[in-house]
Amino acid sequence: MSSRERILGRVRRALADVRQDDTPPVPEGPGRDPQYEQAVPRDYLREHGERSVAETVDLLAENLADYRAIVHRCTAADLAATIAGMLAARGAKTVLVPPGLEPEWLSATDAERIPDRAESTPHELDRIDSVVTACAVAVAETGTIVLDGSADQGRRRITLVPDHHICVVRVPEQVVSSVPQALERLDPARPLTWISGPSATSDIELDRVEGVHGPRTLEVVLVG
Amino acid sequence: MSGTFVGMPAFPKAAHEAVHDQTLRGNLRHATHTIRAKRANAVAEVSDWAALREAGKRIKDHTLRHLDRYLVQLEESVTAAGGTVHWAADADEANRIVADLVKATGESEVVKVKSMATQEIGLNEALEAEGIRAYETDLAELIVQLGKDRPSHILVPAIHRNRGEIRDIFRKEMSEWGRPAPEGLTDTPAELAEAARLHLREKFLRAKVGISGANFMVAETGTLVVVESEGNGRMCLTLPETLISVVGIEKIVPTWRDLEVFLQTLPRSSTAERMNPYTSTWTGTTDSETADGPRNFHLVLLDNGRTDTLADEVGRQALRCIRCSACLNVCPVYERAGGHAYGSVYPGPIGAILSPQLRGVTSEIDASLPYASTLCGACYDVCPVAIDIPEVLVHLRERVVEGGQVTAQGNKVVLKPAKGHAAERAAMRAARWAFSHPGALRAGQRLASRTRRLHPRSLPGPGKAWSDSRDLPAVPAEPFRDWWQRTNGGKDGAK
Repeated sequence: MSSRERILGRVRRALADVRQDDTPPVPEGPGRDPQYEQAVPRDYLREHGERSVAETVDLLAENLADYRAIVHRCTAADLAATIAGMLAARGAKTVLVPPGLEPEWLSATDAERIPDRAESTPHELDRIDSVVTACAVAVAETGTIVLDGSADQGRRRITLVPDHHICVVRVPEQVVSSVPQALERLDPARPLTWISGPSATSDIELDRVEGVHGPRTLEVVLVG
Repeated sequence: MSGTFVGMPAFPKAAHEAVHDQTLRGNLRHATHTIRAKRANAVAEVSDWAALREAGKRIKDHTLRHLDRYLVQLEESVTAAGGTVHWAADADEANRIVADLVKATGESEVVKVKSMATQEIGLNEALEAEGIRAYETDLAELIVQLGKDRPSHILVPAIHRNRGEIRDIFRKEMSEWGRPAPEGLTDTPAELAEAARLHLREKFLRAKVGISGANFMVAETGTLVVVESEGNGRMCLTLPETLISVVGIEKIVPTWRDLEVFLQTLPRSSTAERMNPYTSTWTGTTDSETADGPRNFHLVLLDNGRTDTLADEVGRQALRCIRCSACLNVCPVYERAGGHAYGSVYPGPIGAILSPQLRGVTSEIDASLPYASTLCGACYDVCPVAIDIPEVLVHLRERVVEGGQVTAQGNKVVLKPAKGHAAERAAMRAARWAFSHPGALRAGQRLASRTRRLHPRSLPGPGKAWSDSRDLPAVPAEPFRDWWQRTNGGKDGAK
């Protein structure tokens, strides 16, 4: 007998007492199975509190900053200059560029633009100062930006190895209030990275310290 | 991890030693009290916490009740997304599968994301025996590995170490494993984190094989989720060419939407954050045009006592656990005894109900764990999936004392009552006999009343330990039943 059959057999024997009283449902899609819906009450909130669009964006900025992300706000017309200013202030000589990033965003910077290539090794990425990406969605209640690997965000590694990440959020259209609303917008088939502030640890005396393996500086530009 | 839990003494003995360690007591008190207040604030921020907790409980219960279907569905969706699924009935089988997969790549080192499942099966030791070196990359796991120590907390395995001890370990041991600690390293947490960053970076950048666990697996989509803080998880999940994830079969949730509950409750319960710094989700492998992350993905589904736990109608609720460790942080026993006394990678209240179920109650340590509690219930209050830990503890105590039918490695076996509880059982038998023989009970009670002046203040022999810290109850001058009869139930007004 294979281990697969052995484990499934054990599960079925272990559940001998629950087999009779309900029929096993297999949901066909998120929340589409009525029996499953019945088994799990979802009377929790879709979002916490009522906020206007502007207030939701403010809350995002506040929560990002609370976890030590540096937040900038600008208009679309000022974006290239804002990014150029951030890279210059950091002293970045090289900036990593995902394949589908709006060329306009980097039109004002003096830093050398290095396109991400499939064959770039982690060691090569480690020598690049900064990376600029867009995002898929941002969550106000938790101060989270989510990347989904689209062409303007690139492979997961490019926002991981360089020590400085600039992420552009288009407000208000990319901002949702809550985690449930964010999951609705995201495609599970894509590799996702949820980022809430720069890398941190609570491993020394259960106290939070920023700056371990991921980018130690996270700058978020709310543009719009 | 170089330490091992094999042959651990029973909890009372191990705890007895731990409570005399002043440094350990101080470290634990500081850490657990810091996190307690923070967790309470993080939970208070969401007004619907009770509803989220109930939904989390129901999702997990529903999944466990149909676990066979969901396992098959998960296997299909992971396979369809380009992953390979393996099934491991026990620790040895899981270790063998992983070792063979690593050998097939031709590599002799792997980087690891912190994972309770791989700790549980002793994967690092098994790989070492096959000539494969496993590097722990979580900061706390690194401290434990460098210090040849054992983990003492689910979330923060090095919680028993303070910053000064960590600095000493880094200074002394880092050079053995790779890049040495920076010159003049102090004990400020930021410098210690920086030292870990420098030490591990070279390993991340050259790694070809990564090993992880997972916090959740979504049956309908085949998506795995890893929740972390430092970015070491992202390194291990995205840079290597091959990724092997070892995950307990109870980690399934049915739908993508279910994550909306746990991604709200887990960070607030474990690190007391609105959201942890990094959460990674991946579904199989990505196609070559937009290749992102490992080209080969293996999922090892681990039983190792979980189906035995599932067979217990009361105890199966322990499988709802999402390993947040909130119960450890509030437990008065854990705070004083520390994690090592529990003799398992799962310490604290959840460990006291999980270890004896996963491993059975036949060893001394496992038979003593259900007693490692005051039954105060603080663990149940904070549990984000509402596991009634006190209920399971009492249930397991009954199993230890009374024995009875249990499932072990898939087979129904009858467990003998534990030896150490003979006196307790004899006392209960005597009580049962006396209460069913009213004449004998009356004679005994009168004898006790008449001799009350002669009673000692403490118990002799084995009862001495119990009465060391308690006064024996005083026996009244007249038994209640005699008083009732004499006064006609108190109606005659006599005293």
